Amino acid sequence: MAEACIVGIGETDYCRKPGSGLSQLALQLQASSRAIAEAGLKASEIDGIMPFPNLGRAEEFAANLGCENLRYAATIHMGGAAPAASLQAAAMAVNTGMANYVLLPAGWNGFSGARVRQTVAQDVSSIPGGAIARDYYLPFGFTAPPQWYSVLARRHMHEFGTRSEQLGAIALAMRKHAQLNPKALMNGKPMTLDDYMASPMLADPYRFFDCCLETDGGAAVVVTSAERARDLATRPVRILAAACGQPYPADEITNRRDIFKTGLTIAAPEAFGQAGITPADVDFAMIYDCFTFEVLQQLEEVGFCKRGEGGPFVEGGRIELGGELPVNTHGGLLSEAHVLGMSHIVEAVRQLRGDLGERQVKDAQVGVVTGWGDFGDGSLALLAR
Amino acid sequence: MSEYTRPLPVLEGHSADFYGFCKAGELRFQRCGGCQAWRHVPRELCAECGSWDWEWERSSGKGELFTFTVVGRALHPAFAEAAPYAVSVVEMEEGVRLLSRVADVSPEELEIGMRVEVDFEAVTDEISLPIFRRASG
Repeated sequence: MAEACIVGIGETDYCRKPGSGLSQLALQLQASSRAIAEAGLKASEIDGIMPFPNLGRAEEFAANLGCENLRYAATIHMGGAAPAASLQAAAMAVNTGMANYVLLPAGWNGFSGARVRQTVAQDVSSIPGGAIARDYYLPFGFTAPPQWYSVLARRHMHEFGTRSEQLGAIALAMRKHAQLNPKALMNGKPMTLDDYMASPMLADPYRFFDCCLETDGGAAVVVTSAERARDLATRPVRILAAACGQPYPADEITNRRDIFKTGLTIAAPEAFGQAGITPADVDFAMIYDCFTFEVLQQLEEVGFCKRGEGGPFVEGGRIELGGELPVNTHGGLLSEAHVLGMSHIVEAVRQLRGDLGERQVKDAQVGVVTGWGDFGDGSLALLAR
Repeated sequence: MSEYTRPLPVLEGHSADFYGFCKAGELRFQRCGGCQAWRHVPRELCAECGSWDWEWERSSGKGELFTFTVVGRALHPAFAEAAPYAVSVVEMEEGVRLLSRVADVSPEELEIGMRVEVDFEAVTDEISLPIFRRASG
């Protein structure tokens, strides 16, 4: 298939107290307007919109922005895996003539609005298998994402000897990168391994500092065909390939024959195969870091190391800037802000444009962006300059 | 009994059957009439062989701890007083896994591989939750 490109990126401010002061929709519209303007496009040229699941409808985006020629509207229901998965669908749309310019918005008041920790309990239909969670998880106090995933982390520790200090190395790498990103909410708040180890247990083995931030903010990107990208204002970033996948069963997290097989286990080889490259060809990775162990697990399932070797892999600065595989140079969900994975795409685009100053990965040519959502849905996009 | 405030299963469809058996003191899972595969959570047909034929068959009630977490800070108001509390995934002898808790073992003593057996806790007049205790002998 012909290539598609990301031609515009936009973000709002990221904040916690006192909150964005904007509605969830307005936050996303602000980021969208910026992405559209950066590309040098008019809103009326945006004829495809792919809203993040449960956070808005294409109709309201179009009506507010002035997208009067909307032809393609779709949402990929994969939670945090939606942004990278939507790159795949957007690329398909622009290369098959379904749309010329596709907008991918995301954003929420994750701090000042409803917290993730509350959403499942209040609305079980917000996740796949909601009735399963209601009848078989919630009565036992298994109510929120850090708890769901902590049992995977515990099992990984049991089978492979993964240690807390290794999860800590991930938290520390994200925090270190945030010191180079003025936008990061943890900028100016460095962390040591002692700080990490001393943080309270939230869902053992997850400590407080294993968990992503809860923040307000929005981000958006615009996708078009390589041909159209040539005429636009920005240096296009190519989508070499993108793929998504689901664990099995995707609606129930405890009864998987192989509990470490997630959506990414399917998506990664598919995307690398399409692009004709291997993980060894990648210069940096933006890994959906809702919790530290999910980073470790995704590094394994992408194939940066073998399953079970993620613990040693993340040690010794390997995933820090200057290391073999810099991960989340913006600080990620753990230390920049929780922008639902869209900020991971934005950061990857900036790395490939090459204008990131002191957090620039030298000579970055190819980057990977992953997404993780719900009970282990996965997505992966390979981007190149 | 003071009013029970924690989330309860909704007694509809297969969950009504599953929890109905629990109330009667029986842990039962669906078992395929075609290929004899056990399954949990309840489903409409067998994902292994495609058969729609199944029965609620009684579990031995015995299993071992597959994984667990200890919730240090509850993220649901109804569990605020309970923290720290453990949530366990038990792998039953039949092969299926059940999310539950081990009632008589403190969080610090939990260990993957620990042998446990089912018991039931009547939390309301209608609902008994399947919980586990350290296996005897």
